[in-house]
Amino acid sequence: MITALVDITEDFPILKRQINGHRLTYLDSAATSQKPQVVIDSIRRYYEISNANVLRSVHTLAEEATVAMEEAREKIAQFINASSPREVIFTRGTTESLNTIARAWGDKFLEAGDEIVLSPMEHHSNIIPWQQLAKRVGALLRYIDLNRDGTISVDAVRHLINDRTRIVTLSQVSNVLGTINPISQVAKLAHEVGAIMVVDGAQSVPHQPTDVQNSDIDFLAFSGHKMLGPTGIGVLWGKEALLEAADPVVFGGEMIAYVDREDATWAELPAKFEGGTPHIAGAIGLGAAVDYLNSLGMSRIEEHSRGLAEEAYRKLANISGVTVYGPAYPRTSVVAFNISGIHPHDVSQVLDAHGIAIRAGHHCAQPLMHWLDVGSTARASFYLYNSDRDIDVLVDAIEATKRYFKR
Amino acid sequence: MNLDDIYRETILDHNQSPRNYGHLEHPTKSVGLLNPTCGDQIQLELAINEGRIQDIRFSGQGCSISMASASMLTEAIKGKTIDEALALTSNFKNFVTGGQSSVSLGDLEALHGVSQFPSRVKCATLAHNALEKAMTDSAT
Repeated sequence: MITALVDITEDFPILKRQINGHRLTYLDSAATSQKPQVVIDSIRRYYEISNANVLRSVHTLAEEATVAMEEAREKIAQFINASSPREVIFTRGTTESLNTIARAWGDKFLEAGDEIVLSPMEHHSNIIPWQQLAKRVGALLRYIDLNRDGTISVDAVRHLINDRTRIVTLSQVSNVLGTINPISQVAKLAHEVGAIMVVDGAQSVPHQPTDVQNSDIDFLAFSGHKMLGPTGIGVLWGKEALLEAADPVVFGGEMIAYVDREDATWAELPAKFEGGTPHIAGAIGLGAAVDYLNSLGMSRIEEHSRGLAEEAYRKLANISGVTVYGPAYPRTSVVAFNISGIHPHDVSQVLDAHGIAIRAGHHCAQPLMHWLDVGSTARASFYLYNSDRDIDVLVDAIEATKRYFKR
Repeated sequence: MNLDDIYRETILDHNQSPRNYGHLEHPTKSVGLLNPTCGDQIQLELAINEGRIQDIRFSGQGCSISMASASMLTEAIKGKTIDEALALTSNFKNFVTGGQSSVSLGDLEALHGVSQFPSRVKCATLAHNALEKAMTDSAT
């Protein structure tokens, strides 16, 4: 039996909602997670009590706002075991973080003929910034061959890496297949040829302990809103020496040291990469989310997310006419599936009538859809407020969907 | 919410047994359209002679709403002039966003329930947008 890790109705007000006459069964956390009351309260408290711009002024409110944002940065640094809060850059989310790496580091250090290694299971946000970088500098994209079950073998990566490889980039967890990728081993291969290792942590940081030093990666991108925080805030973490070497990409307020009419010099990290007024309330909300996750323990959350995804795989794969994509084990947090003869949008529509929220579509992973040879899939995804009861509700609703469409 | 409001029997029937599905031997116009938000795609092939749609086929993949709507559209416009067909698509789009149609829509009227489901309007209008694209694109 897998129970929710938290008191749902106490901590997550939205989960009390009735949808189309049913209790809401929220199975779309890979798109965005729901927010606990403590996160909502922290944002509200900031606006009610301490609202001011950070870093600029000497009055009391500005000081409180600055301290609150920098405390959040420290919490996040500890959460991913960064060696310093200076390595934690606030962004709008994973997409902006990955774009920033491609611009800030890629444009400066890549040359024509250099190679970027990535996988076909990546989210569009970990493909297109590299496509565009490759076009700007004349680099080549090299795609890893996936195993038949949608996993990545370290050998397949080894074959692809050579002395022209400058960047290797991978999602730690696939947002469609639920695959857990061997990023530490791949990072080791990348470092052997002097390449950097970039990790898209959008689907992994919310669900398992993260240790950027132990995994020896170079850059990590993740989003606040998939880990109980608000939308519009995310993180770019990078090794300090790499961030120091890279050039800023957004120019303006707060990212400078000295400005004259013709030129400017840059502020110290992390401000160098945070031009403009940051999403202060978002950073504070993300800090509160990190506190909440720590109070539960990331190892417990990891066990819970894996338990639910693996049980959902077993139960869905047992339904006749249902195809589940990706490995049975190990997998975490997401289960993508199709029902024979019923389009995922129709599946999602019928599930919604049962109060169940899932995602249907290409999941911003069109190259992976081509690899799977499907146009789209349905996807159920789980988080700490879900239980195995939610899987049973899903299974019953899938059976009802088949009956409705006479399949 | 009642599912039968959106999935009327006529729609399920057109989805199960699409009319005019396939390819023409000698189309005078063909057009493809993709719904980028869901990956659905449709291909329309038309045989047009002196401003009149003599024959039409569609193919592609998509949800029951988009496939049924395409099937119904092909039935509704076969034999019609281009102007009549474009009047129909324009009225249909108005109809599935809660407005009235000033022309008879035939089986397409079964898609009225879509107006209550804004996220499905894109599905219902995919084939209609493809037809409009075919008529405005100079390329065949």
